[in-house]
Amino acid sequence: MKAMKSSRFWVVGSLVALCASGASANDELIKLSKDPNQWVMPTGNYANTRYSELNKINKENVKNLRPLWTFSTGVLRGHEGGPLVIGDVMYVATPFPNNVFALDLNHSGQILWKYEPKQDPTVIPVMCCDTVNRGVAYGDGKIILEQADTTVVALDAKTGKEVWSVKNGDPKKGETMTNAPMVVKDKVIVGISGGEFGVPGHVTAYNLKDGSKAWRAYSVGPDDQILVDANTTELGKPVGKDSSLKTWQGDQWKVGGGDTWGWYSYDPQLNLIYYGSGNPSTWNPVQRPGDNKWSMTIFARNPDTGVAKWVFQMTPHDEWDYDGVNEMILADLNVKGQPVKALVHFDRNGFAYTLNRETGALLVAEKYDPKVNWATRVDMQTGRPELVKQYSTQAGGEDHNTKQVCPAALGTKDQQPAAFSPKTGLFYVPTNHVCMDYEPFKVSYTAGQPYVGATLSMYPPQGDNHLGNFIAWDARSGKIIWSDPEPFSVWSGALATAGDVVFYGTLEGYLKAVDMQTGKELYRFKTPSGIIGNVNTYTHGGKQYIAVLSGVGGWAGIGMAAGLTKDTDGLGAVGAYKALANYTQLGGVLTVFGLPE
Amino acid sequence: MRAGIRTRVPAFLWGKMVRVLLLSLLTVATLAVGTDLVLAAEAEKAEKPYKITDGKVDKKTFNGWRRYTESCLRCHGPDGAGSSYAPSLVDSAKRMSQDEFNEIVINGRTNVSAASENVMPPFGTVEDVVSYLDDIWAYLTARADGALGRGRPPRIGE
Repeated sequence: MKAMKSSRFWVVGSLVALCASGASANDELIKLSKDPNQWVMPTGNYANTRYSELNKINKENVKNLRPLWTFSTGVLRGHEGGPLVIGDVMYVATPFPNNVFALDLNHSGQILWKYEPKQDPTVIPVMCCDTVNRGVAYGDGKIILEQADTTVVALDAKTGKEVWSVKNGDPKKGETMTNAPMVVKDKVIVGISGGEFGVPGHVTAYNLKDGSKAWRAYSVGPDDQILVDANTTELGKPVGKDSSLKTWQGDQWKVGGGDTWGWYSYDPQLNLIYYGSGNPSTWNPVQRPGDNKWSMTIFARNPDTGVAKWVFQMTPHDEWDYDGVNEMILADLNVKGQPVKALVHFDRNGFAYTLNRETGALLVAEKYDPKVNWATRVDMQTGRPELVKQYSTQAGGEDHNTKQVCPAALGTKDQQPAAFSPKTGLFYVPTNHVCMDYEPFKVSYTAGQPYVGATLSMYPPQGDNHLGNFIAWDARSGKIIWSDPEPFSVWSGALATAGDVVFYGTLEGYLKAVDMQTGKELYRFKTPSGIIGNVNTYTHGGKQYIAVLSGVGGWAGIGMAAGLTKDTDGLGAVGAYKALANYTQLGGVLTVFGLPE
Repeated sequence: MRAGIRTRVPAFLWGKMVRVLLLSLLTVATLAVGTDLVLAAEAEKAEKPYKITDGKVDKKTFNGWRRYTESCLRCHGPDGAGSSYAPSLVDSAKRMSQDEFNEIVINGRTNVSAASENVMPPFGTVEDVVSYLDDIWAYLTARADGALGRGRPPRIGE
């Protein structure tokens, strides 16, 4: 064990030395992300598979798992994201005020340093969906944090001292940040939040060394802002000039949204980063005629220049707030007998897409919850969903309550990331099972104020009394393989391991382990508060650990805390309209699990 | 004048006086109670800022629900019911007067400490909220009174 520890130090130390000599930080990260003993980036690896080769904890012994140590973050808001483990240090980021802790795994998690930014608390009410933070990134000896107030700060990983700091936006205009940055080569990629405040979305690259701005790519607007060129294609065809502007009326594009608050992935061979854009503003579709490109779009961009190689818009002229920001999982799959460098994306709109990540070709698009009803299918030639008029809020119009639309605005899945196992070739997906009534109305724009323009009532699909499912999905054929119902939406990020176990957390606070083949529950433990964080794994001293943050909140804490609406008959005592507040309270605790000695 | 003059009331008149007095008192009392009842009834009707007929709400109350959803839901949850980090306004409306409610909405309220980072922003300069304070109050009062349940309230005429 000692030999392993010191050899790992040696590896990290020598890589740091390499960096100092000018080699790419990217190589270090690629190497570190392949080491299953560490968890070097929020997504686990650049492909966003959330898969670990570790198998000391496996389906035979996971029933003996137990909590081994805990750490209170001192903050009582929704805890999304999860800890990094690099060498013998664990890094934990909290919701607002966005404290960062470096914990010494060699000395019982003692705090090596903490960073406590001073932010103006008036940013809090400008965050639509709780003051969450999805985690810090590591690169070139620095820990990078996206603060709520749009400050991006790089801290020395050893001391926590600020190395550089830049401002990425302006909360007075409704701009905030919640997502996890990604370090790609010599750059830090960050997003922006504010789709409910009319904030124009963009992805920005800052130079890792000194925080100077390298490029910024908007989701909506003129070609020189959205960084497309003559070679940018959608489904193989060049998008052409003014591809975004042509799909908006008047100046509406200026408050068009398309925010970028989700997860990023990267293919080092193809040299492309992938991410999705959020909803167009407002939620009232009548106020923004046109396809509203490039909201609800998957982007493949060159990380050096920001220029888009290909794009694919999933929900043209959105009428339901089905943000396209969920993770883009990169997996090499056999689709219809052909090996493909695939990209798999579980969209808010209820369709799971499989694309060729090199060309942007669409291969599969199927519903990953059978109750999805706003579209019958996706046309595989045009990529466009075929709408069902009854569930179209545009067709229903302003001041008309369009009813029984599935999924609800929070989607069949929100940002909570899925996992992929190369062993089974399947995806393990935390889902929501909720429908809605949605009524648009006219609103006007004021900078820094909500620009929503729709009312919403949410409830489970007719006949069901559960609000979530954890499923196994085959992205080659577009089929659900197994499905575990959950009383509440599954709002945590999943983890798949070579031990044939899949982990996820529930809104009541359970950490669960299930059999990868069958979905059968093998272990559960109720942590101090509902889990909306992502389950990670690492080793220390040769032993495997499972780590997850508890702390209920996020959009689940808004929409489900007091129970959902519509006291409908016939649902019985275990009826759907139970309130999350009956099961859990606020918290902020990291729990680390392991097998007994 | 001698102190302590006693007016002598003839006995037959005494009884009559008492009866008249009692009757007057009773009449006045009845009138007073009656007026009180009428005033109370009118006051009750006047006090309710919302109007609900057959479970359907008037335009003002519906607009209150709509404005609430646009500006308040993101913290206070759907239908005033509260979220994991902001209180139920249905509960607040039970304990607060409209003046107290208006004061907090207009000026905001900050509750920042080691264990809490709750900031209610001031809406005093936000037209979409401050122009409709009465409507939002009407909706929340209807909820607080138990006159209106969860979900989108149907409008009179729908």
